Amino acid sequence: MFAAIINLNGHAGYVHWGFIDLSVPNLIVIVAMFVVFLIALVAPFPGHRRRGRS
Amino acid sequence: MTATGQPPEERSWTVGVRRRALAALPPDKLLPDSQPSYVASWIYIFGVLSLGALVTVIASGTILATKGPGWWHTSSLGHFFNSLHLWSVELFFFFMVIHLWAKFWMSAWRGGRARVWMTGAITFIVAIPAALTGYISQQNFDAQWISTQAKDAMNATGIGSFFNLLNFGQMYGYHVFLLPLAVVGLVAAHVLLVRKHGVVPPLLLSDLTTPASATATARGTAAGTASAGSPGPVSEAE
Repeated sequence: MFAAIINLNGHAGYVHWGFIDLSVPNLIVIVAMFVVFLIALVAPFPGHRRRGRS
Repeated sequence: MTATGQPPEERSWTVGVRRRALAALPPDKLLPDSQPSYVASWIYIFGVLSLGALVTVIASGTILATKGPGWWHTSSLGHFFNSLHLWSVELFFFFMVIHLWAKFWMSAWRGGRARVWMTGAITFIVAIPAALTGYISQQNFDAQWISTQAKDAMNATGIGSFFNLLNFGQMYGYHVFLLPLAVVGLVAAHVLLVRKHGVVPPLLLSDLTTPASATATARGTAAGTASAGSPGPVSEAE
């Protein structure tokens, strides 16, 4: 179903920024890692209660 | 008793190894029933997520190695396990990179944890050729393209004479035995060292303004964590 939205059989696009040359799929993965990292820092952990609080 | 005055079991190397192993990792430290409260944070889960992905990689890879390329390229079940192997590798690197970032920014080598950090860093480095040899062991045109490009790259760095990326048998051997053995061995050492030294406490901003406790936190000791008013151990089941 996902393949119907994005053609995975075609050539990947590339982002050129100076000497940096990144494929769009790799860029998406890097951005996703940043997002997950930031969410992990700020999202409350379920079931964890600090001592002294209910 | 022997001529040396020691009972025979005292001189046994197995007894020596057992004693050292128990001294380094007593059972309650190896398999603890609770963790410090600071571990109850999403940022601490990426190590075990990497471990879960690695188990999936090894399990799916074992099935692929058993059945062979004639199966993973032609049958739907083979395609499924081929994809499962690929995506578990992608997740392994995804989680491992976030784990690396988290541990780097909290200076996870504190408190005598240098070997924990080094085994993790070396695992990451060894995992890269483990994945590369997998991409060139697919037995398709994609693998052929990657292997010729990588061969040129290796030759350009001067290490191309030590191995041949165009040699499928050699690369497949690297991929299914030598490099996984190294990765699993390093991960095992990494996990045992984490158990031995404990999970590194986070750096606390409050410690930066309190010189006395800042020293303890910089060392990554429990005193540094307790001094900042963190709660005590909490059950994993909580």
